Amino acid sequence: MRSPILQSATKYLLPILLLFSFFLLLRGHYYPGGGFVGGLVASIAFVLHSFSNGTEATMRLLKRKPLSLIPVGLGISVMSVTLPLLFGLPPMTGLWFEQPIPVIGMIGSSLFFDLGVYLVVIGVVLTILFTISLDNNLDEKK
Amino acid sequence: MLLTVLSGLIFSCLIVPFGKILKTKWSIILPIVPFLLFAFFAAQIPLVSSGNSLYQHIDWVSSLGINFDFKLDGLSLLFSLLITGIGTAIFVYALSYLKGHRYFDRFFGYLLLFMSAMLGVVLSDNILLLFIFWELTSISSFFLIGFNNDNADSRKSAITALTITGLGGFFLLAALILLGNISGTFIISELVQSKEVILNHPLYPLLILFIFIGAFTKSAQFPFHFWLPGAMKAPTPVSAYLHSATMVKAGIYLLARFTPILGDSELWHYSLMIVGGITMLYASIHSLFRIDLKSILAYSTIAALGILTFLIGVGTQEAMVAVAVFILAHALYKAVLFLVTGIIDHETGTRDITVLRGLGRVLLPVTIASIIAAASSAGLPFVTFGFIGKDLIYEATLHYPNMEWIWILTGIAIVTNVGIVAAGLMAGVKPFLGKLPQQFEKIHLPPFSMWLPPLLLSALSIVFGLLPWWAGNYLTGSAANAIHGSSFPQENLAIWHGPNLVFLLSIVTLVLGVIVYLVNKPSLSKLQAVEKLNNISPQSIITGCANSFLRLSDWITGLSHNGYLRSYHLKIILFAEGLLAYKLWKSGPIVLDFDQLTRPDLYEIAVVLVLLGALFIVVSTASRLTAVVSMSVIGYCTCLIFVFYSAPDLAMTQFTIDTLSTVLFVLVLYRLPSFINFASKKILYRDAAVSIGFGLILSLVALRVWSEPIAKDISDFYGENAYILAKGKNVVNVILVDFRGIDTMFETVVLSIAALGVYSLIRLRLKPTEKE
Amino acid sequence: MELILIILLGLLYAAGVYLILRRSMVKLLLGIMLLGSGTNILIFLLGGIVKGKPPVIDEDAKLFQDIFADPIPQSLILTAIVISFALTAFAIVLLKRVYALVNSDDLDDLNTPEEEDI
Repeated sequence: MRSPILQSATKYLLPILLLFSFFLLLRGHYYPGGGFVGGLVASIAFVLHSFSNGTEATMRLLKRKPLSLIPVGLGISVMSVTLPLLFGLPPMTGLWFEQPIPVIGMIGSSLFFDLGVYLVVIGVVLTILFTISLDNNLDEKK
Repeated sequence: MLLTVLSGLIFSCLIVPFGKILKTKWSIILPIVPFLLFAFFAAQIPLVSSGNSLYQHIDWVSSLGINFDFKLDGLSLLFSLLITGIGTAIFVYALSYLKGHRYFDRFFGYLLLFMSAMLGVVLSDNILLLFIFWELTSISSFFLIGFNNDNADSRKSAITALTITGLGGFFLLAALILLGNISGTFIISELVQSKEVILNHPLYPLLILFIFIGAFTKSAQFPFHFWLPGAMKAPTPVSAYLHSATMVKAGIYLLARFTPILGDSELWHYSLMIVGGITMLYASIHSLFRIDLKSILAYSTIAALGILTFLIGVGTQEAMVAVAVFILAHALYKAVLFLVTGIIDHETGTRDITVLRGLGRVLLPVTIASIIAAASSAGLPFVTFGFIGKDLIYEATLHYPNMEWIWILTGIAIVTNVGIVAAGLMAGVKPFLGKLPQQFEKIHLPPFSMWLPPLLLSALSIVFGLLPWWAGNYLTGSAANAIHGSSFPQENLAIWHGPNLVFLLSIVTLVLGVIVYLVNKPSLSKLQAVEKLNNISPQSIITGCANSFLRLSDWITGLSHNGYLRSYHLKIILFAEGLLAYKLWKSGPIVLDFDQLTRPDLYEIAVVLVLLGALFIVVSTASRLTAVVSMSVIGYCTCLIFVFYSAPDLAMTQFTIDTLSTVLFVLVLYRLPSFINFASKKILYRDAAVSIGFGLILSLVALRVWSEPIAKDISDFYGENAYILAKGKNVVNVILVDFRGIDTMFETVVLSIAALGVYSLIRLRLKPTEKE
Repeated sequence: MELILIILLGLLYAAGVYLILRRSMVKLLLGIMLLGSGTNILIFLLGGIVKGKPPVIDEDAKLFQDIFADPIPQSLILTAIVISFALTAFAIVLLKRVYALVNSDDLDDLNTPEEEDI
């Protein structure tokens, strides 16, 4: 599937899709969207990139194994669950900044939770797809 | 008292890390544990014999009524002293008996565990606590019988014993819970007060039936007796301790303990007398045909247990005194006989009484102990405690309130006692008399730690025989009171009541026993003749039942587990269909409210039709790629349905997931060969019928559920509070990340696990040798 | 539309069951996926379907002004969709490994009879 058209298209599509996925994540609390969808869209962006440029190229772009996103995401989720404990509140209490931040809007601990979910979803999907696809490449070389 | 019960458990655990040390000369500290406990209980004698009891209560699981309630009364004290006293002797003996054994430390671990459990049984005042310790004794007995675990026979006997006693344990648990439910308490001392309620309860017969099964299995009563001879595969100290002196008496203890609560009915009396009577006759006659020393002792132990059951059944005051005295007397002489057997076995390597002769010359102290024990078992007048025990048995049968029964009961008692006398002489005297065969000439006396314990124990038989009032006042008297449930005046135990009928019977028994001993020459051929009757013995019947159960389950397993996944699916689905159809049929007609229906638009119907078309292709296509593509069509159509019916979040998720799934399928599946149709037309039609039936039933279920009004409370709560509590307007997202955030977090954990699974499955590259 | 959805989910279940009764591993997997989507529709339907009223609160309101689609089935299904993706991925990879080992899609080839070991 190495078509030059697709290759040059993904060059622009990847950042746009990533931006879109982040947008879905941020607005998830008010409009349809959220961590799951955002994460899935971001994964699709990378999968598209890997289709046009090869999985190895995408892995180089990512610099790290997608597997490492999973602990990071889980860590952020756990932190947003346990953070209220530090303030003497029951776990999972929503904590909110007083002032809305421009563009993003209100920021609270549930956004961080969603961010964790987002990262875990990306990590999971990419780990699954890339390990399989790299394995296929390995088989082909044999 | 908690400490006394737990000390054994604690030491038993300590043996795990310190086992190596205990194999050296430090092993000497082992007998100190039971000895200290013995000293503790001995110190309580004055208190208890004056009619008081010691109580202790510690909360454990109070909500379920299971607490550490301990009570030390006369009966418990008698048993505790036997457990710790004989325990001390056994521990000392076993030090030499098992010296250098590979599992020396393990053996003492089990033994300590058993001692604790047994103390727990006799000290518990809470019936559930009692049950826990009861099961622990079964388990430790299992380990000890199977101690020589490289011997197949030994393992088999251990399993038999565990099966029988474990079975009894289940019944006992049922009985105890029933008892607790009827009376509302699990405390034995309080149960006595609800005696009337329990006796008049309609479930009373069932209750005592279960108690009986529990007690009879443990105390080897007919027809559950056969595990005990098998249990003789255990090392001899174990046989002496568990299977003669203490554990098998747990059933007797149970019956004695419940006599004040349950024992006031004809059913109770007669069943115990009948079962005890059969057991004692059967076992004492059986013992005469055995040629293995331990086998003889096993059967005479069963006979003695039968006597105890029988006496509890008789239930008079005299009988209770007889029970208490006979427990003590029997434990003292039977333990000695077992220990002596152990020494003989250890030194000569055989237990065959047709071979053993003349050992008196080489094993003098052992001979003395053995002959005293045999004399006590025979009830030699004036000097042995066994005589008093025998006396009291006749006393009890002769004073039975129902005149017509007196001679039957006394007759049974005489026959049994004759058998016991003969068995005692066979086991305790015969090996030591006569000319020493050449093969045994090199035998020498074992270390004193082996012959001293039996000698001391047999000395006690004499001491109590000479000072019966002492034993009566301090030990058996209060025990008899506890069994009877009231304090009644007791005559002092005495060795000499004058030449009355009882004395005459004792002498007759003794003489007859000696005659039987002299006349009866057990031999292998006789044993084999008796063995032929085995086919109709309870043992063969029960093992036969067990074997047919095994075959039955084997047959059923073979029938239903044919190893084909689809046939399992078929069975599960058919069963689910049946269940759901039955439930639907029972739930009555479905009433539909047509006003509630939403009108479908044309484009919606189109989407559904496309979906159905794709579905048909998935099912019927032979090409894998077509199937995958159709699957994604199904996914996108579902996604559209979500869009139409106000679920934008779902639609987005479904859309992306569907895309990714297709990518996934294509990545993996394009390499696989295309479908092959294995099944015949007939099977295809059958499966189609089953699946259409399933779909139909589920549609009906859906219709049924849909036609019922649903509670919207929770949805309304989320709707109202989404913004106010969680500052979010997309309620689905608020539920996911806030209200039910923990669920979502664990969902991400599940996702991560799946990813790790995929990662490791792919990375796991088998070496060529591991491939098939 | 409810009745149409009810028939649809019945057919999805029927197709799923039919596929898991087949001998092919891939069909087994497809059957499980179909059962999953049937269940999703079932839950969605039982929550009550409403047209054009997503469970999102209006821009300038703090509460729902109108009837709204039930958010609970939606969040349940959302979770189910994502989890079923993970399940599918794992199953597919398992399938791939099995195929690499026994070189067949036939479930019966997995039955290495235990008798041979004894």
